[in-house]
Amino acid sequence: MKQALSALAGAIALAISLIASPVMAQDGSIVVYNAQHESLTNAWVEGFTKETGIKVTVRHGGDSDFSNQIVAEGAASPADVFLTENSPAMVLVESSGLFAPVDADTLAQIPKEYQPASGKWVGIAARSTVFAYNKTKLSAEQLPKSLLELADPSWKGRWAASPSGADFQAIVSALLQLRGEAATADWLKAMKENFTAYKGNSTVMKAVNAGEVDGGVIYHYYYYGDQAKTGENSRNVGLHYFKNKDPGAFVSVSGGGVLASSKHPKEAQAFLKWVTGKRGQDVLKTGNSFEYAVGKGAESNPALVPLADLQAPKVDATTLNSRKVTDLMTAAGLL
Amino acid sequence: MLPAAELARSPTGMAAGHWTRRQPISWISLAAILVSLFSLLPLAFIIWIAVQTGGETVSSLVFRPRVGELLVNTLLLVVLAVPICIVLSVALAWLTERSDLPGARLWAWLSVAPLAVPAFVHSYAWITLVPGLHGLWAGVLVSVVAYLPFLYLPVAAALRRLDPALEDAAAAVGLGPWRVFRRVVLPQLRLAICGGSLLVGLHLLAEYGLYVFIRFDTFTTAIVDQFQSTFNGPAANMLAAVLVTCCFVLLGIEVLVRGEERYARVGSGAARQQQRTRLGRATIPCLALPVLTALLALGVPFVTIGRWLVAGGADVWRLDEIGLALGQTLFLALAGALLATIAAMPMAWISIRAPGPLQRLLEGCNYIVGSLPGVVVALALVTITVRIALPLYQTLFTILVAYALMFLPRALISLRASIAQAPVELERAAASLGRSPLKALWSTTIRLSAPGAAAGMALVALGIMNELTATQMLAPNGTRTLAMAFWAHSGEIDYASAAPYALIMVAMSLPLTWLLYVQSKRMAGR
Repeated sequence: MKQALSALAGAIALAISLIASPVMAQDGSIVVYNAQHESLTNAWVEGFTKETGIKVTVRHGGDSDFSNQIVAEGAASPADVFLTENSPAMVLVESSGLFAPVDADTLAQIPKEYQPASGKWVGIAARSTVFAYNKTKLSAEQLPKSLLELADPSWKGRWAASPSGADFQAIVSALLQLRGEAATADWLKAMKENFTAYKGNSTVMKAVNAGEVDGGVIYHYYYYGDQAKTGENSRNVGLHYFKNKDPGAFVSVSGGGVLASSKHPKEAQAFLKWVTGKRGQDVLKTGNSFEYAVGKGAESNPALVPLADLQAPKVDATTLNSRKVTDLMTAAGLL
Repeated sequence: MLPAAELARSPTGMAAGHWTRRQPISWISLAAILVSLFSLLPLAFIIWIAVQTGGETVSSLVFRPRVGELLVNTLLLVVLAVPICIVLSVALAWLTERSDLPGARLWAWLSVAPLAVPAFVHSYAWITLVPGLHGLWAGVLVSVVAYLPFLYLPVAAALRRLDPALEDAAAAVGLGPWRVFRRVVLPQLRLAICGGSLLVGLHLLAEYGLYVFIRFDTFTTAIVDQFQSTFNGPAANMLAAVLVTCCFVLLGIEVLVRGEERYARVGSGAARQQQRTRLGRATIPCLALPVLTALLALGVPFVTIGRWLVAGGADVWRLDEIGLALGQTLFLALAGALLATIAAMPMAWISIRAPGPLQRLLEGCNYIVGSLPGVVVALALVTITVRIALPLYQTLFTILVAYALMFLPRALISLRASIAQAPVELERAAASLGRSPLKALWSTTIRLSAPGAAAGMALVALGIMNELTATQMLAPNGTRTLAMAFWAHSGEIDYASAAPYALIMVAMSLPLTWLLYVQSKRMAGR
């Protein structure tokens, strides 16, 4: 019996050591926790690997689950690089002290306004909040002047959003910074009364297009992406930019950072440099992601309304508070 | 007749021959206890988190309007969908088993076949057909369509096995056909209906993808939302605790309703062949039911997948991506099925060879854990590995353990049936010929139970192939199963690119579903 037990224990130990070695253990290859759109990051990875020969393993997920996951993993995180769609997730990881400083020549490729003063992460792309509306249901003068208007009872049952997504939560975090906690909590409470919840911004746009709701709060590029494909989910959709430094004109900065715990810091930094460099930013201009390029001298896709014309409110990306936002949204019954 | 295992288990069996035979039993019991302890991890975890979170936070997270909303949604869903499933499955089973419906065998298979279509593919099909579909009634419709086979299978099997003599006796004392059905047939179906309803109910509580498509929030969707917003935050864990409570309530209701009465045919000889009821002029209207069910449960998904495949053309067949996902899915399904079967082996063995209070307790544990939604098991394993067993975090090992925990009951049921058919005398003969206990077991019972093990493995593999939530949360970096790829594409409203994955999942599940169907026929024919 003892023999059998020790044999079993041996077999289990062997099996575990075989199985437990995670995929990341390959030499010189890096693991990217990617919250960006899969197609965009796949294009970056493909270009980077082709040029440098460094292999990249991507784990796909969302901003918030990854940022909280990295915090939970702590120093043992298997991730080398973290890419997001919005800043709050970056702030969370930075405030836990888990980012290594970004290389100076990477930071130099991006204007100061798209990176925190700490230099712990860097902007890799940007997206603008829009009110996507159904052109057959709303005329120009019926459009809301401000995001805050959507809390008005007259908008009851007429607009949609994807509250479980990090995108919308980033917009709320901007609102929180611009208008304070009390106003944000009230707005969220009114939102719970007025809006219809969908899962995912594309689904919101599809519903707007089909006339299920008059409009929805999403980011700009879903529309352009669909137009570039078949346009079947955006045929009746128009984009309304709030402008005027309204909270609804918020431009969200997507971030990239290298983890302090990375076992391959050189390769990880090289990847971030590539993404923020000429070729990485070119992917944004030529590909079908339709996100804004943020690199110095980099151009965005010409189909887009120029970033400079959006009259975005001044938001300090480094203090966007994702945990406060999910708490407020949980309290409002949105999560 | 005292079974040998009983003898061997008793401490008085001290003769040398008995002593050697005691070895495998204590050894196997130990293994079974280990597996059960392991399977209690998720439950222990939730309790631990609740204790750690502290009473005040727990009550603020549990007693809030949102939880009330979710509770109402989830309850309504179960209360509406389960009875509809019961009525439909009894009607369908009666038509296919007890009436002279033309093509009864075909309709029987078509009533089971929707199992091969993952629940979220059903939903994907419906949302394509009726774009605005959402809310409670949409949830009920798609749930019924997707989960009806879980009730149809046991009900049809039970109907097939009934002894017609009872019905004849009831008719002879003057009961009309309806009353015979109500007072004689239905009571005998109670066990099948209870078991099937429980299965459907548990699936309703655990399903994620189906309800996301049609925008119906249940506890499971809310837990995933919280997970996506906060990873393993206390709010997600407390929702999980409420969901687990709901599962236990279902289990409890089933035990109460099932009752203690048993219906078994006693007496010598075999039961007579059942007479099929002539439908006569009612044939055509009666045909409408199976036709309609098949159209809704098979026609809709197949037509939709076909439509998207045509719309997508050759572009959506990105073979390298698909091949990779297919390979990974097959690997996970096979490895997970193997692990689940091995883990179920000790339990299955003692439940046949050495039944007793210990075995009943252990088996109870495993069923309780098997009833936990995948999202709860995954949430527990993520937190446990991240906090305590970091080397196991995001490893193949952890995801396989999750699969084994979730699907252990499936493996257990099939294994138990086939071990029961392997004569214990062979084990003893092998032992008396000088084999060591483990070898004796291996060369007799384990080999003889291979068909049952294979069937159980197939069932587990079917579950793993269509699993989404736990896979997303636990899989090693770089993993992409068919279900994950399908979900990623459909999440970006790229329904055409999702179609090949849906097709492959259905195509791979169909043979396994066929196996299940054949097996249920065989068991009923016993």
